[in-house]
Amino acid sequence: MKLRQVLEDYTFILPAVGIFIIFYIVPFFFIFRLSLFEWDGIGRLSSATFVGLANFKEIIFRDSNWWRSVSNAGWITFIALTFQNSLAFLLALACSKRIVLRGVYRIIFFIPPILSEVVVGMVWRFIINDVDGANIVNQVLAYLGLHQFVRAWLSDPNTALNVVALVHSWKGFGWAFLIFLAGLQTIPREFYESARVDGANSWQVFKNITFPLLVPVIILVAILTILGTMQSFVLIISLVGGELAGYTSVPVLRILWVMRNSSRFGYACALGINLGIILVVASFIQYKFFKKVRDLI
Amino acid sequence: MEINSWLKKYTFTLHHQKAKDVNPQMKRKILKGHAQKPSSPFLGRAGLSRGAGFTAIIHLFLLVVAVSCIYPLLWMVFSSFKTQQTIFTNLSLIPERFHFENYYRVLTQENFGRYFLNSIFYTGSVVFSIIIIASLAGYAFSRLNFPAKNLIFIIFIGAMMIPTPGNFVPLYVLLNKLHLRNTPLGYILCMISGGLPLSIFLFKTFLDKMPQELEDIARIDGCSKLRIWWNIALPFAKPILGVVAIFNTLNVWNEYLLALVVFDSKYFMPLQRALVVFRGEHLTNYPLLMAALTITTLPVIVIYLLFQKYIVRGITAEVGL
Repeated sequence: MKLRQVLEDYTFILPAVGIFIIFYIVPFFFIFRLSLFEWDGIGRLSSATFVGLANFKEIIFRDSNWWRSVSNAGWITFIALTFQNSLAFLLALACSKRIVLRGVYRIIFFIPPILSEVVVGMVWRFIINDVDGANIVNQVLAYLGLHQFVRAWLSDPNTALNVVALVHSWKGFGWAFLIFLAGLQTIPREFYESARVDGANSWQVFKNITFPLLVPVIILVAILTILGTMQSFVLIISLVGGELAGYTSVPVLRILWVMRNSSRFGYACALGINLGIILVVASFIQYKFFKKVRDLI
Repeated sequence: MEINSWLKKYTFTLHHQKAKDVNPQMKRKILKGHAQKPSSPFLGRAGLSRGAGFTAIIHLFLLVVAVSCIYPLLWMVFSSFKTQQTIFTNLSLIPERFHFENYYRVLTQENFGRYFLNSIFYTGSVVFSIIIIASLAGYAFSRLNFPAKNLIFIIFIGAMMIPTPGNFVPLYVLLNKLHLRNTPLGYILCMISGGLPLSIFLFKTFLDKMPQELEDIARIDGCSKLRIWWNIALPFAKPILGVVAIFNTLNVWNEYLLALVVFDSKYFMPLQRALVVFRGEHLTNYPLLMAALTITTLPVIVIYLLFQKYIVRGITAEVGL
């Protein structure tokens, strides 16, 4: 009787657990195993050559393309962490006050995050594209007499990566804004009221109440920004175009390319694990960093 | 005056003690902040409302950002009514004549009608399955007791937090082995799996708030657990059901990576994947591309404007605020 009841209870989670094991847990462990092989993905897996940690050695010592893509993504992430998130923070501060139309602003700021990366990339490419030099940004620059700045923004190695980072920030700031705003609203009103009674000025209120109480939210946004931005690639495909987006290649694009074009499945898996480790380490460093900042202030 | 401020301080400490999640170190810092005398009495009293000039600057800032959010979308929509001849010469936002034939061509000749239906089919079936499967599991994790319950739940939650870049490589191999690659079923199952952890988490935490009496009454009436899930837990979880539905709808509709890995034949492709293929084939036909983008985006905007409260709630629940 007891056993029947346990089995009955398990049937409730059976569909979820079943699908999850097959399509998440199995690939999760399979990636580690596969990373130790040299395999073209076509023949039988049993015919793959076991190479041990050779794939990882190759990544660390010889794959300059990979590290270049990591540093590209690192730069985009840096812009997202600084520019995008501070913009979001300022907007959240402004909208947390009783200001006219703040509900409308909130709705509008969250429009870019709900759009697909494919759409965002293609629309922005159309605005700053380099077809015949007839793009809006260049026309505006020419109109203003700033001819020396007119350029093919997305194929110029000096600007491509920064344009990608800016468009990425355009798509992402609304999301960070929303989380900051939700965080600001969890701070009890009494803190502000009593601070005002004691005559603290705006800066003191921010420094002693708003910021310290918001540190957990800031850490969270920072870590999610790192995880999201380091793994983003769809926006870059649709913005810059091409399978391997030249000066703006990012890690996931590399993994896709290694898997599809050079058919090295084991190596692609090793790259994935490498990126996973980088992400975990980077998140941990961010976590420590903001803890330190909070203690210093 | 003095009594007034004393009263406020008293209520402050009361509330302060109630707020248990504020750690003691933080408390000290807040109180230390209080002890400091205001450096400038002029700035001190007003908070952020520091005169009309400051407010105007804030509004200007908000307005500029808001316009930058909307302008590209307007540009996309209006460009879709232009022609290939005028699109690069006439840079005014609103075209002189609206060319609806772009839409006709995209939907019929370029097969976007097909891709649109594909996207609707994938989104509908994934969201429906997730709601059923995740609410069953959420109900079990919240209200039932079985061995290893917490362990299994923690594994689900862990999956939300551990980054797994490159997991599409083994997934591709696995789908090939199961003969599910390049099939709608394979795509749908992968998407269900991706949406499950967050959805289960949302259902579970919401059902934790369900009063025990509701369940007890039903049990006394002789309801089975399955009936309690269907007749009591699901209706109770309606608010979070909306969040799960909208959130997953946007997720599936906007998905690209798995569609890239799973599908080879155009026949099965969802919109996002088809867009990239389309651009590869018609590199510079911007009016058509913009029409296709508008068709892809319109449902998302409509859903967002109708249900934006659910989406906001989903985002904040996801990060635990």
